[in-house]
Amino acid sequence: MTEFLQSLIRGLGSGSIYALLALGFVIIYKSTRVISFAQPAFMLAGAVLVSYLAADIGFFAAVPVAAVLIAVLALGVERTVLRPMIGKPVFVVAIITIGVDVVVRVVTNAFIGLDVRQVGDPWGLSTVTLLGVEVQQRYLVMFGTTVAVVAVLFAFFRFSRVGLAMRAVAYDQEVALAQGISVGSVFALSWAIAGGLAALAGVFVATGAGVDQQLWVIALKALPAIILGGLDSLGGAVVGGLAVGVVESLVGTYQGDVAPWLGPNFALVAPYVLMLVVLLVRPYGLFGSKEVERL
Amino acid sequence: MLEANNLEVVYDDVMLVLRGVSLRVPEGRIVALLGANGAGKTTLLRALSGLLDVHDGKITRGRITLDGEPIHRASPTRIATLGVKQALEGRRILAELTVEENLRIGGHSRPRGIKQNLDRMYELFPRLRERRRQSAGYLSGGEQQMLSIGRALMSEPRYLLLDEPSLGLAPLMVQQIRDLIVKINAAGTTVLLVEQNATMALSIADHGYVLETGKVVMDKPAAALLADEDVREFYLGLRGEATAQSFRDVKHYKRRKRWLS
Ligand SMILES: Nc1ncnc2c1ncn2[C@@H]1O[C@H](COP(=O)(O)OP(=O)(O)OP(=O)(O)O)[C@@H](O)[C@H]1O
Ligand SMILES: [Mg+2]
Repeated sequence: MTEFLQSLIRGLGSGSIYALLALGFVIIYKSTRVISFAQPAFMLAGAVLVSYLAADIGFFAAVPVAAVLIAVLALGVERTVLRPMIGKPVFVVAIITIGVDVVVRVVTNAFIGLDVRQVGDPWGLSTVTLLGVEVQQRYLVMFGTTVAVVAVLFAFFRFSRVGLAMRAVAYDQEVALAQGISVGSVFALSWAIAGGLAALAGVFVATGAGVDQQLWVIALKALPAIILGGLDSLGGAVVGGLAVGVVESLVGTYQGDVAPWLGPNFALVAPYVLMLVVLLVRPYGLFGSKEVERL
Repeated sequence: MLEANNLEVVYDDVMLVLRGVSLRVPEGRIVALLGANGAGKTTLLRALSGLLDVHDGKITRGRITLDGEPIHRASPTRIATLGVKQALEGRRILAELTVEENLRIGGHSRPRGIKQNLDRMYELFPRLRERRRQSAGYLSGGEQQMLSIGRALMSEPRYLLLDEPSLGLAPLMVQQIRDLIVKINAAGTTVLLVEQNATMALSIADHGYVLETGKVVMDKPAAALLADEDVREFYLGLRGEATAQSFRDVKHYKRRKRWLS
């Protein structure tokens, strides 16, 4: 039981990372109908930025400042690189976001160097005992923060004027324009939010582990999460992200005993297996709507 | 006054759809815009509200002015803020959102007034108040049309452009929509009413225009249009003897007739 709970919480912690990244993908997709592959770079850049800022202003101030700065960076990228591409085929725009990803990562790598940089978080690998189970603090913090961020985000889309405008754009651009909503601003804002979420996810990855040039690879696991949840569902992104984290963690914990013949690294592919199984049953994801076109 | 002058609109750089249209919508009035399918009525409304861009349309000649100020280069955001608002053809309600969310989105360009305007809309459309928390997709056709009009009114526009509000509605519902338009106009909103249902439109309009393949072929007071032989024959399906239900047949009347040739 103890082992199970530990594994579960570890899964929810890393699942939070995937959930934040997946939310960014989905938010951009919903308003612009483009999948942005630039998320990994923003995640890396966010973590690196915190590793520099934390020395001066402390970890807790550095995280929101970095999230805002990355949001501004993402907004700038949308305005300058993506905006002129409106109306181009989705495939072409997706390729351009890959270009953005590479450029941002190359620039960021120059600030990492070959060593592992620390973000200066206060948790490291220390543990706390919760209901008699010893768990790492960082996983609890990640999960708790994500729950709070998701709650704020959902309230924003549900109740605020701008959030409603973003939903209007997602469903019918012409209707949104006819109401005087600036669709361009909504595009920019969706990139900004996705950038901020990616930066936060990057910090999560780096807590207890530090930042190196390979950190962005984690972001690839957000892909099974969004496919799982459905490309156009915010709730799906959260559930999908957490599910990927938990499955990965549980498989990592138990598969060695239950099914050792699957090999030592099966946990890494488990999310993709889960994704394939779900897609067989529900081709548009758990929460997605039917009309989403597959790329 | 909202005014179009000698307007030319082209889609996809090649398709000339409006060919020198001039139209005046004086403040406080109801102006009807009639015309067969494909005449360019919707295109003219898109030009007025700045929505041509989404359809790859462009104004290639002429101008649109609001109280004398040119607005044909303005963004739809700006035009909505200036008080010209369009309720799109086919209602286009956001089905996944609630009734109230649809309305609040309509108030986007007048954020300070949302609360009073919601109350005002629920007063005007009591059915919507009962269903405010429901998904808009579950509304009946008539209720969806009311929601579409209410959404446009949420920002207190000075000019309301309605694109075929009677489309696909039963006669009783058409009556209700008609009365609502009169009420909205009486409360101070100028209305430009695009309709295939000429009986309905001309019965409440002050002035009417008939559009035919991108040109204005008639421009007369509504009463004169109602009395006009050609209009009676083509739009009202009347040949001298009046029949009350005839507009239902007219809706399915597909034959094209050239007004001038
Ligand atoms: N987005 C577009 N691209 C190209 N052509 C268009 C576009 N929209 C409309 N058209 C063409 O422009 C012409 C006028 O269309 P419009 O929709 O303005 O007519 P309408 O009078 O509103 O007709 P209806 O009564 O059927 O709504 C038609 O020939 C139509 O095919
Ligand atoms: Mg039309």
